[in-house]
Amino acid sequence: MASITVDRVSRIFPGGHAGVRDVSLEVADGELVVLVGPSGSGKSTLLRLIAGLESATSGRILIDGRDATNAPPQARDLAMVFQSYALYPHKTVRENLAFGLRMHRVAPREIDLRVQGVAESLQIGALLDRRPAQLSGGQRQRVALGRAIVREPKAFLFDEPLSNLDPALRLDTRAEIALLHRRLGATMIYVTHDQEEAMKLGQRIVILKDGRIEQAGPPLEIYRTPATLFAARFLGSPPMNIIDASLLEAGRRGVVGFRPQDVTLTEVERTGLAATVALVETVGSEQHVHLRLDADDTRVIAVAPPDRTIPVDSRVGLTLRRDRLHYFTP
Amino acid sequence: MTRWTTRLAVGAIIITAFPLVWMVLASFTPESHLFESRALWRGPFVADHYRALFDERNFWIPIRNSLIVAAMTTALAVTLGGACAYALARMRFRGRYTILAFVLAVSMFPQISLVAPLYLLLREAGLINTYPGLVLPYLTFAMPLTIWLLVGYFRQLPPDVEEAAAMDGAGLTRTLVEIVAPLAWPGIATTAILTFVYCWNEFLFALSFTLGPERYTVPVAIALFRGQYQVPWGQILAAAVVATLPVIVLVVLFQRRITQGLTAGAVKG
Repeated sequence: MASITVDRVSRIFPGGHAGVRDVSLEVADGELVVLVGPSGSGKSTLLRLIAGLESATSGRILIDGRDATNAPPQARDLAMVFQSYALYPHKTVRENLAFGLRMHRVAPREIDLRVQGVAESLQIGALLDRRPAQLSGGQRQRVALGRAIVREPKAFLFDEPLSNLDPALRLDTRAEIALLHRRLGATMIYVTHDQEEAMKLGQRIVILKDGRIEQAGPPLEIYRTPATLFAARFLGSPPMNIIDASLLEAGRRGVVGFRPQDVTLTEVERTGLAATVALVETVGSEQHVHLRLDADDTRVIAVAPPDRTIPVDSRVGLTLRRDRLHYFTP
Repeated sequence: MTRWTTRLAVGAIIITAFPLVWMVLASFTPESHLFESRALWRGPFVADHYRALFDERNFWIPIRNSLIVAAMTTALAVTLGGACAYALARMRFRGRYTILAFVLAVSMFPQISLVAPLYLLLREAGLINTYPGLVLPYLTFAMPLTIWLLVGYFRQLPPDVEEAAAMDGAGLTRTLVEIVAPLAWPGIATTAILTFVYCWNEFLFALSFTLGPERYTVPVAIALFRGQYQVPWGQILAAAVVATLPVIVLVVLFQRRITQGLTAGAVKG
């Protein structure tokens, strides 16, 4: 297992578009870091730069302290799990798993042992002689995972591996990846656009926007103390509410954010913030109440307990927790 | 298909197939009947022309020559051109587009303008009337063909699988041979067939660079049937039928791959 250092790396595409701008990141040995951000934020590009599938326009990439910036992917000893799995369609599962080991000239006996072991641990032992076309999506994903694991690489790179799975399978596989991380103690860099996935998996998350790091840190830290408006709205579902700060404090400039879970709905007279209920959605365990502020018609979402009756078009007052307010000057 | 298009299609088939049918029928008709006005399909049918072709004129020799030259050219053009095409399709280097443009430009040379200089070159090298003496000039049009076709084909293969191979430690050559080629099989087969057919039908270089019956290819041999005393139409027809056969066999054998090659990329996976 190895540490990975990204030192002031940029990737400018021919044509001028900057995929990654001056990004620096330290991934410690054995850490699971999640790169998260919207489409075009540079997360996949950054991963591919680390993998060696793209060349950095400037900056360095160090793997285990050694400069790997100019090393081709073949020489970096990293394993990648692709969003599309990228299995070799004309080879059997066994051959798919063995391919990387063959390329690194591992002895055939050793290859057989490792392939068998990994296949069994992923419960695909019975599929070893099948071809990818004969497998289900979930099975293919396991083979892709197995292909990476069997190589015992310095680090694992995941490029949105769960995007193509249905939600139930996604949950299961995500848990398996987390367990895998614990079992192997492996350095893992995981790319996703799903903020929930990022929060659940990452020991540290790195939010990317327009090729730059917006904020990096443990998930809970970013959740509780977002540094920017973007980071504040990115984590958490439903997203943080942002309203004009002058609504809370006369004359205050900028905006203030509060999470839907930190709002309580009361009678209108009790508070200074009045709103009208526009829509109530129930998820079973809670209700999401969509409101419009009386003052300036801003949309706000509040999370309410499941058994409270909240009639649409009724007027309510919003009570906010003083200690859960986030001020931003955009 | 509407009735109109069906009729159109049938009409087109009849028009294109008619000369072939005529050719086959005529090749089995005795020489004396060929220019009469009686219908060919009534018979009689004889195999005289074919017998003359193989027993008297030893038509096996031109067939052998054509097979060797076309096969060697195709093998070389597809392997060398394939490797070249892969580099052009997947590697990034300066001058990439220049090379592609150059390849295209070279293929645009009118063959006739190349005959004289090539003849002198081959004569100096002692290659006139030899197999390499035909294969090498054939490569001047076969390689651009294979490179262009295969660059196009490789480009539309999704890159993930090659990237996965790179992550697994496979170099470019290994990736090409073990991963890409098996997946690009339809495209490669189509390219090979097109190259083979082109070489098989080639006339100008074959006529110019061979000297005697030992090295004549099929088109040259057929063209030289005439001018001895009279034009042996029956034998020419028979030879033409024989010349068309390998192409038909190849296409029938590989027709599934050809359609795959032509429609590849249409469906994901």
